[in-house]
Amino acid sequence: MIRNALEYLEISAKKYPDKIALEDEHEKLTYTEYITKAKTIGTYLLKRGLDKYSNKPVAVIIDRNIRSIVAFMGVLYTGNFYVPIDYTLPAERIQLIYDTLDPIAVIDARTDTGKAVEGAIDFTEASSGADIDEELLKKVRSEAIDTDPIYGIFTSGSTGVPKGVVICHRGVIDMVEAFGETFGFDDGMVHANQAPFDFDVSVKDIYNAMKNGGSIVVVPKRLFLMPKLLLEFLVKYKANTIIWAVSALRIVSDFKAFGAVEEKPDMRYIMFSGEVMPIKALNYWMDNLPDPMYVNLYGPTEITCNCTYCIIEGKQNELKALPIGKAFVNTKVVLLDEKREKAVTKPGDVGEVCVGGAGLALGYWNNPEKTKEAFFQNPDITEHPSLLYGTGDMAYYNEDGNLVFAARRDFQIKHMGHRIELGEIEVALNAIPFIDTSCCLYDEERSKIVCFYQSESDDTKAIIKFLSDKLPKYMWPNIFKRYDRLPMNKNSKIDRVKLKEEIRK
Amino acid sequence: MEELLRIMSEVRPDIDFETEDKLIDNEMLDSLDIVAIVTDVNDEFDIEINVNDLLPENFNSAKALYELIQKLQYE
Repeated sequence: MIRNALEYLEISAKKYPDKIALEDEHEKLTYTEYITKAKTIGTYLLKRGLDKYSNKPVAVIIDRNIRSIVAFMGVLYTGNFYVPIDYTLPAERIQLIYDTLDPIAVIDARTDTGKAVEGAIDFTEASSGADIDEELLKKVRSEAIDTDPIYGIFTSGSTGVPKGVVICHRGVIDMVEAFGETFGFDDGMVHANQAPFDFDVSVKDIYNAMKNGGSIVVVPKRLFLMPKLLLEFLVKYKANTIIWAVSALRIVSDFKAFGAVEEKPDMRYIMFSGEVMPIKALNYWMDNLPDPMYVNLYGPTEITCNCTYCIIEGKQNELKALPIGKAFVNTKVVLLDEKREKAVTKPGDVGEVCVGGAGLALGYWNNPEKTKEAFFQNPDITEHPSLLYGTGDMAYYNEDGNLVFAARRDFQIKHMGHRIELGEIEVALNAIPFIDTSCCLYDEERSKIVCFYQSESDDTKAIIKFLSDKLPKYMWPNIFKRYDRLPMNKNSKIDRVKLKEEIRK
Repeated sequence: MEELLRIMSEVRPDIDFETEDKLIDNEMLDSLDIVAIVTDVNDEFDIEINVNDLLPENFNSAKALYELIQKLQYE
């Protein structure tokens, strides 16, 4: 029985020592090199004082490179867990994350580190600066259990502070075992990694490839600007597996990129998640690549990537919604009513998607209040503790018993593939001196964040300047509407219903 | 041109599109910005910017993009 995700790496390194495991534009590593570097980093960190800790966070400054992945595994060898950090985020946001996280070490895995981060351990130094101490690593492993944290990923929080979702080894093991069983993954897989490493979509590439003895090719970010070059890249690197955000697949379909290339990539799997896949885009892919298995994946970070899947058989009717499907093996998915007391089972009736099982997150790092709010007792079980996570996503069962996404129950949105709490944007807006109050809404039809604000001055540029210090770019509103007074409802709260109508006009 | 500047500023309110001329070379726009701009431009100007038009030189400035739009409208 696998108890620690590193066992996958150890098994694959024995079975496929000389096979390419990881590749990016700059370098590639065989499985032997991969595990050697990871163990070296582990030893290096342990000897630099990390042996005093277990199950504590180590921040890894990520890049679009394979070093980031190797650094993650290096951290796991110390018996602690990794938290990917994107240094292109505003400094204030990184500081907020550090304040919550309090990491025991920081590793800089960027290829071109530019300005060095104070106190950060350089990847090159860590991956070559020690002789592997197998005894020490063995001792660390002997104390590990499968509910130990493996990684933390920060997501938008409605009160203005990002939340760190903490996932355990068992969750990742459960996910890859379920994927392998459900989709028939094998050692011939070449994953074209699109998702940044601080998105849990990338977790599927990292650990599925590792378990199956497959390989990962990190696709450079700039290729997603030039879809023709992107397809040529996939052909050149013989990639056959895509586990991408919907928005990335749309770059190819929106620009009808297949028409511009001589050779199409030889794909086996095309999987997507993050937001609703437009059927038109999906049908374009299927017209051009009819052979691969197409899968719609659904799930919040809190259930280790995904909780439901839907294998799509053939082209779809453009008027119908694509189902999010059925629960993965060993995963509990129920629809609950508004009070989270009763299950909703009648086809067509809408309820909140609530999930449980081995993949359930351990909680939010250092945030017991938010953890208690989001993880609650399964109402069907009163005799012993059993937790569910409320996703906030509303869905219903169609006639075939497949789940279909309907709407959100709160102010969380999906914008450009990112999970965003509108409340977090409002907190940042309200901190601007010349803004009295504000309200953000999402215009789904045009995919735009609309900001309504009350102020005497009309200065969009100044607002953006303030926001750019606090929020990542994808959270900035696209449209600004100034009011002398924002409309209020009977309860003296901003009248969101009325503002929503403004958008429809 | 005014319409184009409005579209571009909605996608990226932080950039001064009237003066900036290295939008791609300096990695100021990312792929999602490009998709958003192209989608809106196609709708508003009733044209179809295709994959072969997706070159850095057509997107480095609002002026360059406007020239592309005019060319496509003429065709």
